[in-house]
Amino acid sequence: MPAPTATRPVVPTWVLAAILVAVMAVVLAGLALVGGDALPERQGPPVEQLAVERTVLEPGTIELRLRNTGPDAVSVAQIFVNDAYADFAGPGDEIGRLASASLKIDYPWQDGSPYLVSMLTSTGAVIEHQIAAAVETPAPDAGLFGLMALLGTYVGIIPVLLGMLLLPVLRRASRPWMTGLMAFTVGLLAFLAVDGTIEGLDIAGASSQAFGGVELLFLGAGLAFLALTAVDRMVSARRAGAGAAGRSGYAAALMVAIGIGLHNLGEGLAIGSAYAIGELALGAFLVVGFAAHNTTEGLAIAAPLSGGPGRPPLARLLGLGVIAGAPAILGGILGATVDNAELTTFLLGVGVGAIVQVVVQLASTMRDGSGRILNPVSVGGLCAGMIALYATSLLVAA
Amino acid sequence: MASVSRRSLLASGGVAALGLTVAGVRGATADGAQHDHGAHSHAHGGSGMAHGGGVNGPMFRGGQTVDHAANGFDPTEILRDFDWGRTTKLPGGRTLREWDVWASDHDVEVAPGVTFPAWTFNGRIPGPTLRCREGERLRINFRNGSHHPHTMHFHGIHPADMDGVAGQGAGIIEPGATTIYEFDAEPFGLHLYHCHVGPLAEHIARGMYGTFIIDPAGGRPDADELVMVQHGYNTTFDGEGNQLYAVNGIPFCYMNAPVQVRRGELVRIYLTNLLEYDPINSFHLHGNFFHYFPTGTSLQPLEYTDTVAQVQGQRGILEMRFPHTGQFMFHAHKTEFAELGWMGMFEVTG
Repeated sequence: MPAPTATRPVVPTWVLAAILVAVMAVVLAGLALVGGDALPERQGPPVEQLAVERTVLEPGTIELRLRNTGPDAVSVAQIFVNDAYADFAGPGDEIGRLASASLKIDYPWQDGSPYLVSMLTSTGAVIEHQIAAAVETPAPDAGLFGLMALLGTYVGIIPVLLGMLLLPVLRRASRPWMTGLMAFTVGLLAFLAVDGTIEGLDIAGASSQAFGGVELLFLGAGLAFLALTAVDRMVSARRAGAGAAGRSGYAAALMVAIGIGLHNLGEGLAIGSAYAIGELALGAFLVVGFAAHNTTEGLAIAAPLSGGPGRPPLARLLGLGVIAGAPAILGGILGATVDNAELTTFLLGVGVGAIVQVVVQLASTMRDGSGRILNPVSVGGLCAGMIALYATSLLVAA
Repeated sequence: MASVSRRSLLASGGVAALGLTVAGVRGATADGAQHDHGAHSHAHGGSGMAHGGGVNGPMFRGGQTVDHAANGFDPTEILRDFDWGRTTKLPGGRTLREWDVWASDHDVEVAPGVTFPAWTFNGRIPGPTLRCREGERLRINFRNGSHHPHTMHFHGIHPADMDGVAGQGAGIIEPGATTIYEFDAEPFGLHLYHCHVGPLAEHIARGMYGTFIIDPAGGRPDADELVMVQHGYNTTFDGEGNQLYAVNGIPFCYMNAPVQVRRGELVRIYLTNLLEYDPINSFHLHGNFFHYFPTGTSLQPLEYTDTVAQVQGQRGILEMRFPHTGQFMFHAHKTEFAELGWMGMFEVTG
């Protein structure tokens, strides 16, 4: 009698998979070759697109860092600025699809004036780039890093820690107060998520689209949301394993701090890029505005800690403050030196995703005795949180 | 980001820096362009950076020039290239003057590295300068070698069927077809010709125009004679303004190759305006004045000036003598046109 070997596959699974993948590759390659030839030749003039990813202004020169975002190669033959031809240095030949290039224009620009840079391509097409107000681009040196570290500390770390000073008061609050406070926190965060999304959409609209515009915002948000959810699950699992139920408040606070930290990265980017284009003429206003705004964020971090037993160690509190506030420093440096709309869009998306994740996580803390999330107290707290953040955001004119 | 608040803050906050930069640039611009027109900022190098680059005036990248040989015409040759055609005697002794003119499609390098799909007369922009004498019989054998319908419309006095417009005489000349325009040379003066097929602005702006000179029977005083056609290139074909402006075909050409004239000698310029998409053009001469004869139909100058304005199709004769040697700029006094290519130099030698 033959053994029941018929149930065992003759070919190992991995071989079968490899064969299938190979077949798919061959068919796709064939389609690319045959299908590509089946298409008619594209008619009409070449499609010439160049996106300016960064503008660097130094005395007497305007430097444009370009990327070819169109389907065809582009050759910049001549450049005129405000209707006058100007000398420039840059690549003499074509800029290929998705390739980048840097053009340095010899032009005596004046501080604060607007400029229209027109790039005349070899086919006679004109690609324009508007400089709203010319300001010398800060050099990424130690002085700039120092300034950004100082500003980041001012608007990020100190206000968050200030907000956390309210912790002793919070610890004495009754349950309805705590529910309201958590709802207040969620309201703050929800507003931040909307604010970040709007800002991200704005910046995405102005970016080159070569690597996607708005998609980058949502990609960043999705990745951050999922990554933080995974981190949260791991923290919960470890907690369950250790049976240390008492640390749940700290875990929540940590997640809030991470979410706010990623948001503050976005704020740092705003400060840095504002500095790069001279917006920090608004100086004190920007710092005071962001600081007041971020004090409420400190409150949001402190709220989950108020329910736990015992007094959290000071180092741990400081750590939370740094996690939430320090990304403002990094954002500031990135904003002032990189000033890339696509990167900014992605990082704003990351901030938004992180905040949404925290909102989802904190929602359960707003439940009342009967388990409803949207109870009168929490609704009041949500409204107060959103209004508080709206009001403090008015202080920031940038 | 609120640009208004930024602008006002910058205006007050950046006053010191702004003042310094402006002062620096002012000092350098005054006459830099006159001495250093050819190599511009390359000659400048590091010192230019102190007060900002580009202060020697506008130019093409790296002082580049176009390939005149590849284009098939050179603005310096066009300057003094008067096409007298060929003559025969008609019964009764009158002179018949005859030209062959053809239309063709021709890619022209209008700025270094920038190709313009032009439509041309005799393969050049502007077309040939047709010159004759008052009272002669003129015959133009026109052949359309272009892929587009064209005509030759002459300014001057002639019968309706010789007007070179649709519905009159031979009307529109289709690709591959030929026609003959024949009329008397009148009145004496400085005229022009151009294609007159719709869309008219495009047919002209693509390069189909030229100068048409009828000398007075008694001639004009001996002079070094030059022809200058003011025009532009709308390389984007959007019908709104031009990206390049020029005299005799190539922007900035006479910056790189100054027009050579002799001190004290009478210089006569036949100046026409064939610009499209802009309402007016002008000619300004540095360091000198000239007598101006509008349309050249009078032998008496109307004014003594250093600047004249011309609308489309307007023209006039300029006469001058340079009392000093050296280089003297000429350009559109509409500075935008000048900085987009309509400027050049006279080089006066002893």
